[in-house]
Amino acid sequence: MTGSKDDREFELTVNGKRLTVSGAPVGASLLSVLRDNLGLTGTKGACEEGECGSCSVMLDGNLVCACLVMASTVTEASIATIEGLAPSGTLSRVQEAFVDHGAVQCGFCTPGLIMAVSDLIDRQPNADRETIREELAGNLCRCTGYGRIIAAVESLLNEGDL
Amino acid sequence: MPVFHPIDVDEAVELLARRGPRRILAGGTDEMVRINHGAAVGEGEEIVCLNNITELRSWAFESDRGVLVIGAAVPWTELASGAIATLCPSLAEAARTVGSPQIRNAGTLGGNVATASPAGDGLCAAVALDAVAVIRSAAGSRRVPVAELVTGPKQTGLGPEELITSFEIPLTEGYQGYAKVGVRNAMVISIAGACLVVDEQHGISRLALGSVGPTILRCPEAEPLITDVILNRSGNTARLDEIVDSVRSAARPIDDHRATADYRRHAVGVLARRLVTRAISAREENNT
Ligand SMILES: Cc1cc2nc3c(=O)[nH]c(=O)nc-3n(C[C@H](O)[C@H](O)[C@H](O)COP(=O)(O)OP(=O)(O)OC[C@H]3O[C@@H](n4cnc5c(N)ncnc54)[C@H](O)[C@@H]3O)c2cc1C
Ligand code: FES
Ligand code: FES
Repeated sequence: MTGSKDDREFELTVNGKRLTVSGAPVGASLLSVLRDNLGLTGTKGACEEGECGSCSVMLDGNLVCACLVMASTVTEASIATIEGLAPSGTLSRVQEAFVDHGAVQCGFCTPGLIMAVSDLIDRQPNADRETIREELAGNLCRCTGYGRIIAAVESLLNEGDL
Repeated sequence: MPVFHPIDVDEAVELLARRGPRRILAGGTDEMVRINHGAAVGEGEEIVCLNNITELRSWAFESDRGVLVIGAAVPWTELASGAIATLCPSLAEAARTVGSPQIRNAGTLGGNVATASPAGDGLCAAVALDAVAVIRSAAGSRRVPVAELVTGPKQTGLGPEELITSFEIPLTEGYQGYAKVGVRNAMVISIAGACLVVDEQHGISRLALGSVGPTILRCPEAEPLITDVILNRSGNTARLDEIVDSVRSAARPIDDHRATADYRRHAVGVLARRLVTRAISAREENNT
């Protein structure tokens, strides 16, 4: 729909809830609005240039970097963040697999990786190790060396046939 | 800062015709990096967002003209697989090498061409494919080959009031492929890239090189040699060496933080050899 919207006040649909954003800086990214205006600090930010993936969220069903989305342009979209993955106090399958495989050290990369892995197992339930590595190339982890993360993903993919 | 979501091209070009500062936002994967890191959006600046323009986000094969028409804002993920990948494999191969799933879900060919980086993977494929950019403004429309539209590093002949609406790619019979070298296997900006398109019907080949010059370079001297080797099965080591030498002398690389000129020149020769070898074996497979 056409129409000019004042960047200073707009609404977003996050995890199924319609939320009002006010006072965001002009041209602010979805990452900064989620964290600084809506208090949803599960989504992390580091590079703000699309390299690290710690800000990964789902936008209308597609995995994207929230730092590369201008918040005021996605008022009509459906946004899903790590906070909406499982009811409070419970874990999603992917979160559980990360815990079981010790795939979390400092935890900074974890929310972004959980979003990326949740998307990956939906799209490519038969991914092999090489595909997993390639598909997760947009999520950097400085602690684990990825071994346990890959193991967690493989446990989810192989659940059916092992 | 007003944000506009035009729903068709007419509306978009009307917005672009107005005076005052404005930016076009497609996937945002280039522009938001600039905005986050200093090129802040001004108070009065208008943002023209392309996401809701269905025409820009769809593609079609026009069989009467033999042309694939790809909307400028179709994201890489869609170019990388499915029917487009069958019709135009080199573009799909280039699309698959762009960034990560996150980047491919958002970034577009239109943004890649407008950004005009010499390392643009889609840009390199578009040049090898002889793609033509269809450009609209409130004043009218024009069609410009991508190779002419991009005039230098980060420079294009696009006016501020103009919008790329689509790319027209003439479909060809024959091998096509894209290859790139970077510091790791995935999620990497190219240090050298190459795209080869063989057009068997017209008996020609086009080889475009990325990241080894101020913009994408073609190889006018190597191309007839490549065609001969592939179509006349005259491939032997000496002829391949000749092609590689010719490609290396067409390259005009520089030293920068990602690689030295020497390395880039070497790498682009390796890529050319790889693509020509693949073309030869693809043809042999088809003929057996
Ligand atoms: C982490 C990361 C990794 C990347 N990896 C790669 C890679 O491997 N290979 C590669 O080639 N690129 C890469 N890029 C760069 C970028 O993703 C691509 O250039 C992408 O195609 C840009 O498209 P976009 O739609 O996101 O452009 P945007 O950021 O929306 O726009 C870029 C520019 O183009 C203009 N523009 C966009 N669409 C149009 C149009 N239809 N008409 C006129 N002007 C237009 C905009 O005004 C803007 O100036 C990477 C970027 C990031 C952040
Ligand atoms: S903060 Fe978005 S990718 Fe690093
Ligand atoms: S656990 Fe520390 S960055 Fe991944």
